[in-house]
Amino acid sequence: MPVASPPPKPDVPGPVRARVEGLGEWALLKLERLGFAARFFLAILRFSGLGIRRFGLVMREIHFAGVLSLVIIGVSGLFVGMVLGLQGYETLVRYGSAEALGTLVALSLVRELGPVVSALLFASRAGSAMTAEIGLMKATEQLAAMEMMAVEPLARVVAPRFWGGVISMPLLAAIFSACGILGGYLIGVVTIGLDAGAYWSQMQAAVDFRDDVLNGVIKSFVFGVAVTWIAVFEGYDAAPTAEGVSRATTRTVVTSALVILALDVLLTALMFRGT
Amino acid sequence: MADLIPVRLDDVAFGYDPSKRILEKVNLTVRPGQIVALMGGSGCGKTTILRLIGGTVPASAGTVSVFGEDVGVMNADALRRMRSRVGMLFQFGALFTDLSVFDNVAFPLRECTNLGERMIRDLVLMKLQAVGLRGASTLMPHQLSGGMARRVALARGIALDPRLMLFDEPFTGLDPISLATIGRLVRELNDALGASSIIVTHDVQESLQIVDYLYFIAGGRVVAEGTPDGVRASEQPFVRQFVRGEIEGVVPFHQQAADYRSELLAGAR
Ligand SMILES: Nc1ncnc2c1ncn2[C@@H]1O[C@H](COP(=O)(O)OP(=O)(O)OP(=O)(O)O)[C@@H](O)[C@H]1O
Ligand SMILES: [Mg+2]
Repeated sequence: MPVASPPPKPDVPGPVRARVEGLGEWALLKLERLGFAARFFLAILRFSGLGIRRFGLVMREIHFAGVLSLVIIGVSGLFVGMVLGLQGYETLVRYGSAEALGTLVALSLVRELGPVVSALLFASRAGSAMTAEIGLMKATEQLAAMEMMAVEPLARVVAPRFWGGVISMPLLAAIFSACGILGGYLIGVVTIGLDAGAYWSQMQAAVDFRDDVLNGVIKSFVFGVAVTWIAVFEGYDAAPTAEGVSRATTRTVVTSALVILALDVLLTALMFRGT
Repeated sequence: MADLIPVRLDDVAFGYDPSKRILEKVNLTVRPGQIVALMGGSGCGKTTILRLIGGTVPASAGTVSVFGEDVGVMNADALRRMRSRVGMLFQFGALFTDLSVFDNVAFPLRECTNLGERMIRDLVLMKLQAVGLRGASTLMPHQLSGGMARRVALARGIALDPRLMLFDEPFTGLDPISLATIGRLVRELNDALGASSIIVTHDVQESLQIVDYLYFIAGGRVVAEGTPDGVRASEQPFVRQFVRGEIEGVVPFHQQAADYRSELLAGAR
C-alpha cells in the first residue's frame, strides 16, 4: 500500500494569509509586551525598599505628580460640580425633590466622577510628564550612567515615581470631589437659592462611608496604580530617541484613558450591585 | 588585589543584533597602573567595548574579565561590587538633567557611600577644582557648554576614586588648553590612585603623550597595538594612516553600501 499522501494544503489566497499572519504576529508582540509590563511591575515592587528608606525621594515625586496637579484638579472639580448642580436641579425639580440636590451631587462625585475624571486628568498632567522624563533619561544615557555607578535605576528613579503617583491619586480624587461638592453648593444654594441646611443634611444622611466614600477611594487607588504603572513602564520602555519618547508619551495618555474607563466598569459592577 | 589584571578581553564577539556582529574577535589587556588608549574609526565599536567591560551588555562569545572576575557570570551583587570600583565617563556626558553640577558630582558619593554632607561637600569641591569648574557648581546641566558638561561628567566619574576608569572620548569639545590640562589630569589621577584607565579617543597626538599602550580597532578586531614609541615608529599602513590622518589608505571612510553610481541612477528611473 502506498503511504497516504499528505493532506492538500488549505487553499488560502496569499494576501488574506499574509493579513492573518500579520494579525497573529501583532497579537504575539502585544502579549509579549504585556508580559514584560507585568514583570516590570514586580520589579518595581522588589526595588521599592530604597524609596521607603529614603522617603524624601517619594516626597519629591508626590510634589511633582500631586502638588503640581492641584490647580487643574481643583478647578476641574469645581466646574464638574457646578455642571452637576445645574443638570441635577433641572431633573430633580421635575419630580419635586430639588432638595435632594446635595445627595445627587455628592454621590455622583464620590462614587464615580471624582475617581474617574481626576484619574483622566492625572494621566494627562502627571503621567505624561513621568513618561517623558524617564524616556529622556533613558535616551540621554542617564539611566545607563546610574547603572554604571552601581545605582539601580528601578530603585532610584522608577519606584519613587511609582509610589509618588500611587499616593497622590486618591488624595487628588478626594480634593476633586470636595471641590465638586463646593461647586454644586455654589450653583444649588448660592445661585438657585435652595436651602443650605437641606443641601448639607441630605448629603450627610445619604452618603454612606463604607459603601460610597471607601469604595470611591478604592477605585482611585486602583486607577492610581494603573496610570502610574503605565506611565513609568512606557517611559522605561520608550525607544531612546526624541520620536520614541513622544510616541511613548502619547501612548501613556491613550492607554491610561482606556484602562481607567475599563477598570471603572469592572469596579462599579463589583461594588455597587444595587445596594 | 593590586596585581589582578584590571581588564582582559579574550576572543570577545558581540552584536546588538545577533545577525550582525560588531565585534568579531577582540583581545586586549589592561595591566595594573596602565593607561590604555582605544582608537578606531567612528562606529567601530569602541563605546561597545566599554559597555561590555561595565557589564551593561553581555558578550556573545569569549570572556570579559574585570579584576580577574568574569563579567558574564556575575550575579547582580557581584556586578554592583565591580561597578562601584569602576568610574565611567560617558561619550555624551549623561549628566542628570534635574540635578545641579554640584549634585551631579555628589550623586555617586551620596548613593554609594555613607559619608556625611560636610565630607561630601569637600570631596565634590575638590573634584570640581580638579576639572577647573568649582565656580560652576550651582549651574544646571543645560547651562553648560559641551566641553564644560564633559568636564563635570569627568569629575563625577572620578568621584568615588575608582580603581578602573573608563573614559569615552574625554577630549572632544575641549579647547587646546583644557585638553592638555585634562590629559595631564587623567594621567595624574591614574598614578595617584594607583588605578588603571581606558581612554577612547580620536586625539592621537594627545594620547601618544599620556598613555602607556594603544589598541587600534577595525572590522571588529584589534588590528594593531603597541606602546607610543612603537606606534610612532610603526610602518603598518593602518597605524600610519591613523596617526597621520591620511584620507587614502586601508581604512575606508564610507559605510559599506551599494555602488554609488548605480544607486543614484536607480533613483532617476
Ligand atoms: N544601542 C545600540 N543598539 C543597536 N546598535 C548599536 C547601539 N549602539 C551602537 N550600535 C551600533 O554599533 C556599532 C558600534 O557602535 P559604537 O557606539 O560602539 O561605536 P564607536 O566606536 O563608539 O563610535 P564613535 O567613535 O562614533 O563613538 C555602530 O555601528 C552602531 O550603529
Ligand atoms: Mg562611541
